[in-house]
Amino acid sequence: MKRSFWHRLDLLARHVVPVLLAFALVLLSTVPLRVPLLNLVFPALALVSIYYWTLYRPDLMPPAAAFAIGLADDVLSGAPFGVNALVFVLIHAAVNTQRGFFLGKSFAIVWLGFALLAGAAFTIAWLAVSAFYGLLVNGTGALLQAGTTIGCLPLIWRLLVQCHLRIVGQA
Amino acid sequence: MWNAWKLLATWLTYGVLVLAAGAAMLLGKADAVLVERLRVQVADVVAPILESVSRPVDRAADVVASSRRLVDLVEENSALRQEREHLLQWQAVAQRLEAENAQLRDLLKLVAEPEARFVAARVVADPGGAYAHSLLVNTGRRDGVEKGQIVLTGEGLVGRIAASANRVSRVLLISDLNSRVPVAVGEGRARAILAGDNSVYPRLIHLDPDETIASGDQVVTSGITDAFPPGLPVGTVVSVQHGDVRVAPFVKQSRVEFVRVVDHRLPALIDDFLAGRTETPILPPLQLPAAANAQLSASAPAEAQAEGTAAPPTVVPLPVPRPGDRIRP
Repeated sequence: MKRSFWHRLDLLARHVVPVLLAFALVLLSTVPLRVPLLNLVFPALALVSIYYWTLYRPDLMPPAAAFAIGLADDVLSGAPFGVNALVFVLIHAAVNTQRGFFLGKSFAIVWLGFALLAGAAFTIAWLAVSAFYGLLVNGTGALLQAGTTIGCLPLIWRLLVQCHLRIVGQA
Repeated sequence: MWNAWKLLATWLTYGVLVLAAGAAMLLGKADAVLVERLRVQVADVVAPILESVSRPVDRAADVVASSRRLVDLVEENSALRQEREHLLQWQAVAQRLEAENAQLRDLLKLVAEPEARFVAARVVADPGGAYAHSLLVNTGRRDGVEKGQIVLTGEGLVGRIAASANRVSRVLLISDLNSRVPVAVGEGRARAILAGDNSVYPRLIHLDPDETIASGDQVVTSGITDAFPPGLPVGTVVSVQHGDVRVAPFVKQSRVEFVRVVDHRLPALIDDFLAGRTETPILPPLQLPAAANAQLSASAPAEAQAEGTAAPPTVVPLPVPRPGDRIRP
């Protein structure tokens, strides 16, 4: 069946949603929230987004997109250039190779998997930043941020599932 | 066979991207200026989006804050009355010192201080994150904001401009890992460097071990280098443990909504010095904006005016007194 031009355009628009959403989440995490300390430990929503789409629609979240999202995060957050790009690509690779294990498992398992990956992600980021500055940087903020990111997963997960079902659609 | 090629291609992609990330980090290390310029250029592009998103958030935060204030209005009122009494005493002290300062300046025939220029700006992004403490403000090169200018609020020092694009600038906060501010601590004015380490409380380093520092000591800029004019309030010492001295900045990052970017024009002064027009390089004290000066002189006590010790045209700010400070006339 040959698809019409408009149909293809509609499909394309739906298919860029995961990557656009991740960029929007990067932007959102820089908005001043006026709540003491919240901005310092604000969850890494883009990481959750990359985890979700790599798991369920890897065709719409290619490794290059993860790299670009990480780079955008570095540019806007002021973190050492390239650190989040590195972390997001590594996380993408890890999720991509373990997809077979996670698919069809209960939410608790998926959450636990994310907790392990997020732990690894923040450790890698901390090591990379320490290597960048040539000293062991204070990791308290990163630890708290890992905690908030893992803790808020169920909330953002609902949003992503709704977005997946209503806008992006199944493969 | 096809699957094997696909797998190989995927891993090659990962390899290339990891190398690219490494290259980006090396670039950031080798040419920090280039990366900083890239950051503000990108921020310049997304500034309109950030601004439109941050406004409703600000409004919501204001509504929450004002409803919270309504609850403890009576308590706050009495606290404010007390503080007002306290500040009036300080005002009298400040005016006396200011007059004395003016007379001493006159005696010493000090050269006129260069004008400090202010630009007010709104915070449009607070990127936070564990590895960088910075803010984006909606003022840039078109308003004359340049790298190195200092950023203040009424409470004290916020940081410095790390880079400026046309419409936005990035402010490096004093708590950032890359921030170093020469400061003077306590009444003994012990010299030290306030070094950010990405925690909420920056550390004091290069402190003379013989100096006695105690919790509650005020920290102000010392003006030792040309980066900051002297006397700007920075914070108070919160903990002294085994040589690890921590400072709580007066300005809380999350509460900053508006800032002043100050061009204290020190390079011009140094140029003057090098050209032999000034005998000694004088660090210019910061001046309050004209409106604040007018307000100060309008509220000056009548007897001070009668004695002819009315406020001179410039006001040198003293470290901001905090509630509970002792006043020593």
